[in-house]
Amino acid sequence: MRTRRKGIAAPYLIWMVVFTVLPLLLVIYFAFTDKQGHPTMANLYSLGSYTNVFVLSLVLAVVATVLCLVIAYPISFMLSRLRAGRQGIALMLVMLPMWMNFLLRTYAWMSLLERNGLINRFLGLFGIGPFEMINTAGAVVLGMVYNYLPYMILPLYTAMLKIDSSIIEAAEDLGAGTWHKLWKILLPLSKPGIQTGITMVFVPAVSTFIISKMLGGGNFWLLGDLIESQFLGNAYNYNLGSAISLVLMVVVLLIMGFTGGFGQEDIEGVI
Amino acid sequence: MDQNIIVRLQDIVVDFDEEAVLDGLSLEIHDEEFVTLLGPSGCGKTTTLRVIGGFLLPKQGNVFFDGVDITRLPPYKRKVNTVFQKYALFPHLNVFENVAFGLRLKKLGEREVTERVEEMLALVGLRGFGLRDTATLSGGQQQRVAIARALVNRPKVLLLDEPLGALDLKLRKEMQIELKRIQQSLEITFIYVTHDQEEALTMSDTVVVMNHGRIQQIGSPQDIYNEPNNAFVADFIGESNILDGMMPKDFVVEFAGHAFACVDGGFAQNELVQVVVRPEDIQVVPAAAGQITGVVRTTVFKGVHYEMLVEQAGNEWIIQSTVASAPGELIGMRMEPDMIHIMHRSEEALAYMEEEEGADADEA
Amino acid sequence: MAKALKRVYVVLLFSFLYVPIAVMIAFSFNQSKSRTVWAGFTLDWYKQLFRNSAVLQALALSVVLALVSALIATVLGTMAAVGINRMRRRARSVVMNISYIPIVNPEIITGVSLMLLFVVAKTALSSIGGGWLAAGLLGIPSLLVAHITFNLPYVLFNVGPKLRQMDTNLYDAALDLGCNQRQAFFKVVLPEIMPAVFSSFLICLTYSIDDFTISYFTAGNQQTLPIAIFAMTRRRVSPEINALSAIIFMVILCIILVANYREDAGERKRRRNKRR
Repeated sequence: MRTRRKGIAAPYLIWMVVFTVLPLLLVIYFAFTDKQGHPTMANLYSLGSYTNVFVLSLVLAVVATVLCLVIAYPISFMLSRLRAGRQGIALMLVMLPMWMNFLLRTYAWMSLLERNGLINRFLGLFGIGPFEMINTAGAVVLGMVYNYLPYMILPLYTAMLKIDSSIIEAAEDLGAGTWHKLWKILLPLSKPGIQTGITMVFVPAVSTFIISKMLGGGNFWLLGDLIESQFLGNAYNYNLGSAISLVLMVVVLLIMGFTGGFGQEDIEGVI
Repeated sequence: MDQNIIVRLQDIVVDFDEEAVLDGLSLEIHDEEFVTLLGPSGCGKTTTLRVIGGFLLPKQGNVFFDGVDITRLPPYKRKVNTVFQKYALFPHLNVFENVAFGLRLKKLGEREVTERVEEMLALVGLRGFGLRDTATLSGGQQQRVAIARALVNRPKVLLLDEPLGALDLKLRKEMQIELKRIQQSLEITFIYVTHDQEEALTMSDTVVVMNHGRIQQIGSPQDIYNEPNNAFVADFIGESNILDGMMPKDFVVEFAGHAFACVDGGFAQNELVQVVVRPEDIQVVPAAAGQITGVVRTTVFKGVHYEMLVEQAGNEWIIQSTVASAPGELIGMRMEPDMIHIMHRSEEALAYMEEEEGADADEA
Repeated sequence: MAKALKRVYVVLLFSFLYVPIAVMIAFSFNQSKSRTVWAGFTLDWYKQLFRNSAVLQALALSVVLALVSALIATVLGTMAAVGINRMRRRARSVVMNISYIPIVNPEIITGVSLMLLFVVAKTALSSIGGGWLAAGLLGIPSLLVAHITFNLPYVLFNVGPKLRQMDTNLYDAALDLGCNQRQAFFKVVLPEIMPAVFSSFLICLTYSIDDFTISYFTAGNQQTLPIAIFAMTRRRVSPEINALSAIIFMVILCIILVANYREDAGERKRRRNKRR
């Protein structure tokens, strides 16, 4: 009886092997071969000339992740302390922009940041500026923060929900000041949420190519742009593209090893 | 007695992850009998029920129903229905449709379905509840729906898996009487699983005491209580004083430093035995008049009687008496010959006693 | 003081989240093409949008793609959840780990790796004489496969917990009352997990409609709605994008409100039942 019901998972398993595992094996295969299919290490060796792209990607992603954490932490805590009835609505308000297609969200910032965009016009009213905002590293980071902020808020909020208010009150009762409360109580207890949040922001930030294209104006080539150009762009070199993808995967795995990835519960919380 | 055997289990072996849950279990259950499988959690009683219900294929052994081997028959082809732990009512169906579920599968006509469902709801005292959402019912009412849902299919055997476990004490007592009434009025077999010895003694024609996947004793409630086979049964069924002893000859047993007259015989000379004395069977007398004497450690009022812990020559006795003795008092204890039960020492019983002692030590 | 600080922070945060969208919606009604100067109210951009055949075709493709991929993913994923629920722990953890891959992997890697698969399959098919099959592979078929692939794990992670929550005796009770295994699934298990199955379907729909990155690499010459949007943003500024954003935002708002309402109703019902 047991065995017969297990069998109905078979189509799924076959699907996942053919369309998830096999493609990843192909990436590895292409990374270690040349265009004729001969084994080679040339693709990986040639990555040295892209060091600046790797560094820039990592730096921008790290900055965006840290900013997300700082911005998201207070609101997540506030959300988790709201009355149960209000939490749903407040959470929905925070998450609503995320449901908008991210191209459109990013596009919205394009028009705001332009040289004669709304922000510069607004500042102009006070005689400030205009500032060169679009096509800067700052604009790319801003795009990342705007797009991925909800990915930080949600796991933080989920983790903080589990912190009983009485624990915080007990700390106050024992004479803990605000900073002490934050460092000794809140941060340790919300650690799982912080780890998940970091992963969920860092991974898309380090691999994006749209945000850098739209808000960086092609001045800031990131890993994603590099990969994209090998597969669909002018460079057109699957083997090199696969090698870069492989490195990107390793970076992601490293960061997940560092943060402990995320637990199943977090994934269930997010969807 | 000339009763048909309706269910027969033969050498059933079940193991989960290589650990034996049922260890060569054999059991015969008669038609129209109220049988209770009794034992602590993990003793294999629910597993036995699942084997009979067809939810579990035993690794070895056979299940016979009315003389026919049904070991490999799926549950939906067995003339057996089950009342599940926590009822397992279908949340998406109302009371009527829950009860009608089995009948609809048999494609009975609408009129017959209605008739039989209403009849069952009346039997379990839920007339007029048909359109209610099951989630709006109390635990006791849900219980009744579960019973009706099983019985409406007119099974020859009803399996009940700790059906009263989730109810409070008062409701449980009511339902015990109710279940017995239903069983007698329908004249079918009930196989009932519980860990509550009082429940087992109250309702059953036959009690099957189980431990570690094996049957420890089968008998009427009176037999089980008065003549326990071994220390496990004695200890599990009611409170008892269990002591090591020796039989120098028939009708005499030595324990607690004294030779007592008893009514048992047929043991080897000087055989080591275990002795069971129920707490209510010990008479408290002045020290001088006692067969043995002990010092009262604690006295607790229990309503009908006082329960005293008495220390006597390194043994600790539980005594129930309607007269209280003060802690520190030296009392005499007397036991009539027919109140002393002698048991062979079995390996298993010894192992059980050791476990108990280990557990006590842990608690301390 | 602390309270004022808190208020400033919340106002700033919500401005950050909503001002860009609000501006976009406002300028979708702007008569001038400018993204900054207000020149009066108009619905012209909406009219133009509905006459833009590229956008409409892309929308049609996205909707069909979403419906079909969500349906297939929901069915396969639900079956998988039922099967996996009965597996032993070791086997289950292997399957779960494979299922994490598309969720954990950067989207660009999923897109690129699937693209490689299709390119290789195309070459292989041509070389064994299946040229007609190969020609059509990169496009709608590859998009469908890609969308099903990234949707499947979400179904599993949504339906799986619901199954584990379910009283296992319900299935046994159905068998006990005369259902065979298929009947037990359709009459008892499926109604029980239906809310999760349905919400999985909705999640798949939204992920599918919303996906750009993976589609971008697997679409061949086809244009889904996000790909069309991308093409528009690369060209000259067009307020049609604003109009499209406004429409999408409103549609999403409605869906979320309805979903929330349903959830609240369900939650109220559960709570009421628990009290009894």
